[in-house]
Amino acid sequence: MARKPKLAVWKFASCDGCQLSVLSCEDELLTLAGQVEIAYFPEASSAVVKGPYDLSLVEGSVTTPHDAERIQRIRAASRFLVTLGACATAGGIQALRNFRDVKEFISIVYAKPEYIQTLEKSTAISAHVKVDFELRGCPINKNQLVDVIAAFIYGPAPTVPPHSVCLDCKRKGVVCVMVARGIPCMGPVTHTGCGVLCPSYARGCYGCFGPKENPNTGSLAEWFARVGTSRDEVMRVFRNFNSDAPAFREESERQEKLS
Amino acid sequence: MLHVSHVARIAPGNCVDSLLHALRQRGYMCIGPTLRDAAVVYDEIRSERDLPIGWADEQEGGSYRLKKRNDEARFGYTAGPQSWKRYLFPPSTLLMKAKRTPDGFTAEAPGEKATPHAFLGVRSCDLNAIAVQDRTFLTGPYVDPTYKARREAAFIVVVHCGQAARTCFCVSMETGPMAKAGYDLALTEILEDGRHEFLVEVGSPRGAEVAGELPSQAATESDARAARRMVDRAVAQMGRAMDTTDLKELLYRALDHPRWGNVAARCLSCANCTLVCPTCFCSTVEEVTDLTGDHAERRRRWDSCFTAAHSYIHGGSVRPTTLSRYRQWMTHKLATWIDQFGTSGCVGCGRCITWCPVGIDITEEVRAIREDNRGKGH
Repeated sequence: MARKPKLAVWKFASCDGCQLSVLSCEDELLTLAGQVEIAYFPEASSAVVKGPYDLSLVEGSVTTPHDAERIQRIRAASRFLVTLGACATAGGIQALRNFRDVKEFISIVYAKPEYIQTLEKSTAISAHVKVDFELRGCPINKNQLVDVIAAFIYGPAPTVPPHSVCLDCKRKGVVCVMVARGIPCMGPVTHTGCGVLCPSYARGCYGCFGPKENPNTGSLAEWFARVGTSRDEVMRVFRNFNSDAPAFREESERQEKLS
Repeated sequence: MLHVSHVARIAPGNCVDSLLHALRQRGYMCIGPTLRDAAVVYDEIRSERDLPIGWADEQEGGSYRLKKRNDEARFGYTAGPQSWKRYLFPPSTLLMKAKRTPDGFTAEAPGEKATPHAFLGVRSCDLNAIAVQDRTFLTGPYVDPTYKARREAAFIVVVHCGQAARTCFCVSMETGPMAKAGYDLALTEILEDGRHEFLVEVGSPRGAEVAGELPSQAATESDARAARRMVDRAVAQMGRAMDTTDLKELLYRALDHPRWGNVAARCLSCANCTLVCPTCFCSTVEEVTDLTGDHAERRRRWDSCFTAAHSYIHGGSVRPTTLSRYRQWMTHKLATWIDQFGTSGCVGCGRCITWCPVGIDITEEVRAIREDNRGKGH
């Protein structure tokens, strides 16, 4: 093989959980280090190799003027740019600010609000630069990450289907928590990828991977309300880690008006 | 109609351990009903105690709840979340493994080394569903080797229904509640006036061998009448009905019916109906390469016509809208299936109604289209 592709991992507004998922690829990590040059990954190593980079993995959302500039420079220095997780893909939990006045928060939270430079909204990386692939999840699934990296190195399309969580519950043999226990579950409108973690433990899906393709949030919300969930609670299940993903944002705003 | 033949036997209500023993002696892994995840699911049964003794279920559109019975019925439940397709057409099958070599690559198909299964508690609707899938996987030029190996090895113990759910409509589809043929053994659980026994009917030579090892005696006309009363009770409890008169033609005429838009407004395109359906057979093939690039695997996994990828061809998905996906599923199930396989794809088990997260009811959708068409004088 010619020179190894250079990999960079970048952090924006986030909890670092998705970067930790990269480090959680314990069995695959040494193989990964053999296949790519880990050129920039401060969470793992202080050694920094200059760009440009073949593959940039970007975690986090854009929340400050400084980050809005930084992502432009990263894009310019990257051949492929893949976003990791709900923050980078849909603004993350911090996008809850998008529904309120951020200046009011700053005045309440900080002793010296004038030191704080922040944007009105927390936005996805794709709102600023071209993104080649978005990997969903809060946090991402490490197997999907390995598959995306392998796909980048070797060429075939990654296996990251955008269908509902339900399909994987049924494949796995997990009985539907909504039908059998009456627990409100976001699975029918949520992008799969977590390995049906919550339904496997008799919990409803929280929607960590954001909207699936073609989501009918309105119908599911009406069913939640019909089986006794208050409008306020229905609004909150859509206003979570992926609150700024358009389908979930529109549904939570519709529910807010009804509550 | 139940007839007492020379092979019909009557066995005590606690004969299941003897049955399991006889099946295991012949090398079968016994798969049957057991309680898990607040439902009756199919899993390995090692003893009679694994059965959902004394449990029933209540079902409605989008709702399933377990409920205690006031007896010790072994098979006192109705169709649950899973069907036998899980064991005949598994959710994930490894088709091929490839390995890079210095001068190219080698490919290896693992083949099917299935442990033979004995299916315990097959309902008549599901036995008919197996016959429907047989046409898909075993006839025509492309026989499916995974299905074939598992199907030929399977020993089938039917239990005729003694109760029906609010979502059942096998009577409409002429698929139950009593199985007519295609089993090795068929049991009817007789529960009345403190009596708890099984009428045992034999459907094959190997079934006769196993029946011979059960503690039993020859059944009488009176036993057969008692069994018939159990099945009649299930018929009377049938909670749904579907008028199948000219249904194929009705749906072919209704491709632009406004009802499709109505159901699409409720449908989540989540795929649950297709995955719980005992006859749906769609799959996708996925290939995964590891990080070294030296190993690749090809897997077949359950898929559904409700996903965008299912109808994706060059340029995009043929069925991008929920309307087009629901219409595809229902018209295939009830109409084009008949042209394709010579039978309806629906056996009236009602699973698509119960396990739809928002309770969409295929019998109601057919009714709506039929009534509206009548109004227009079709």
